[in-house]
Amino acid sequence: MKIPSFLQIKNLKYEYIRRDEENNVEGITTAVDDVSLDVKEGEFIAVLGHNGSGKSTLAKHINAILFPEEGEVILDGMNTKDEEKLLDIRRTAGMVFQNPDNQIIGQVVDEDVAFGPENMGVPTDEIAQRVEESLKTLGMWEYRNASPNRLSGGQKQRVSIASVIAMHPKCIILDEPTAMLDPRGRYEVIRAARALNEVEHITIILITHYMEEVIHADRVFVMDKGKVKMEGTPREIFSRVEELKEMRLTVPQVTELAWELKKAGLRIPDGILTREELVKEILKLVSSRTGVSSRTGVSS
Amino acid sequence: MIRDITLGQYYQADSVIHRLDPRTKLVGTMVYLVSLFIFTGPWVFVTAASFLLLCVFLSRVPFSYMLKGLKPILFILMFTLVINMLFTKGTVLFSWWKFTITEEGLKQAGAMGFRLVLLILGSNLMTLTTTPTRLTNAMEHLMRPLKLIRVPVHEIAMMMSIALRFIPILLEETDRIMKAQLARGADFESGNLIKKTKSLVPVLIPLFISAFRRANDLAMAMEARCYHGGKGRTQYKPLKYKGRDFVAYFMVIIYLAGVILIGKFL
Repeated sequence: MKIPSFLQIKNLKYEYIRRDEENNVEGITTAVDDVSLDVKEGEFIAVLGHNGSGKSTLAKHINAILFPEEGEVILDGMNTKDEEKLLDIRRTAGMVFQNPDNQIIGQVVDEDVAFGPENMGVPTDEIAQRVEESLKTLGMWEYRNASPNRLSGGQKQRVSIASVIAMHPKCIILDEPTAMLDPRGRYEVIRAARALNEVEHITIILITHYMEEVIHADRVFVMDKGKVKMEGTPREIFSRVEELKEMRLTVPQVTELAWELKKAGLRIPDGILTREELVKEILKLVSSRTGVSSRTGVSS
Repeated sequence: MIRDITLGQYYQADSVIHRLDPRTKLVGTMVYLVSLFIFTGPWVFVTAASFLLLCVFLSRVPFSYMLKGLKPILFILMFTLVINMLFTKGTVLFSWWKFTITEEGLKQAGAMGFRLVLLILGSNLMTLTTTPTRLTNAMEHLMRPLKLIRVPVHEIAMMMSIALRFIPILLEETDRIMKAQLARGADFESGNLIKKTKSLVPVLIPLFISAFRRANDLAMAMEARCYHGGKGRTQYKPLKYKGRDFVAYFMVIIYLAGVILIGKFL
């Protein structure tokens, strides 16, 4: 028996139409062009792409902020074109945006987390419960009475994620959540997303242009000029370094180093993702050449 | 740091006044302000001042902190005093060149001065002991009857709270834009008033563009979190009257009755 997929995007097409002052069409940009993809419940999906590749436009279709011009989006059995299902769709798929300042509505952290449940009409006692539970999940409980203005970027994004979690979604779409953060903040946010996926089994759709962030995804989609150009596990994607470079995407440093070494003639497999893997491969190579045991000093 | 500015000058403390329902404080303050204007007379002001002193004492806000709130109105205060002293006609007490000071003038000036000071201190006490959020919340509740005549009460309250949230952010942005323009050689200091005002245009335009962009983002974020107006919305921290609120209302009523009695018969 085939399990129906959680999210189905079929031949999605979306165009931005620029108009001049007299409402004449000046130009059409096809942001998303004939994209189809399937996501199963509980998966960690990453969508990679350069600026203007259409990845954010795609993300906004999933929870019915934008509506498809052609094709359709079906989330958990609901078509996003069905207006009656609008609120259900938005509570099933929560969304975290890029700019942390522009998505926090409350003046105090806990009020912001309560905003979603308030809109959904959750009874007061349960809101308090949900606020506590989701702030604790994201490790932000001690900041519940703080003003969002005093938090760091990473903390603000964690509050935004907590605010989405409080709505008990099945799926969270993270639309470049780390683009405006420092490395520490990026680490905090990605770790939080992974934990939610592994512990709570929430489907994660991570939109990003940082290659390092997709290493832990179950599947990666690479977008360019509105189309899905590659699809596969991170290892499969990262073994195609040249194609990625053509799409102006930079691969992680380790992967690139491994790729260069291979080009230089060393026998190193494709798709190296972490430093540990590369160290292991090089030691293997060294031991096969010199006969020295590779048991000594394997550390990063 | 500009991020640290608090709007409405909230003074953090744990006191009975702080814990009162914001609606009680709002109504109480209104009654107090009105009470200052219905009667004039030394005893009325003594009553009003002592009532305020009692509240300040209960609120644990340091008195020096309260007095700081008077600074911005110092000029207006002086101005009213002088105008009232010089331009009220009546029995002449003292005269020099074109200036005459009359008995009525002195009385009038004293009354106006007291009124102004108590007015500011009274409303400051409310903003010092209530966070802007709770105040907005109270206004939404108190304005509810206006829904009958189709005033969008919920929307107004939502706009107010969003404005409060974004003022510090936009201030910081202004600061950043000004620095960026200074780095490009902009001059905000020299020239007359017109020139100075003109020099602000390169700050205001980027600020407006960014504010609209933020508004757009925020609207999307709100929609993504199921916001669809006030309909069917529940509240995280609903306002609930407690015992102390009834006591406070009772005290306000006694105070008002006292002022009316004293004003009429003394």
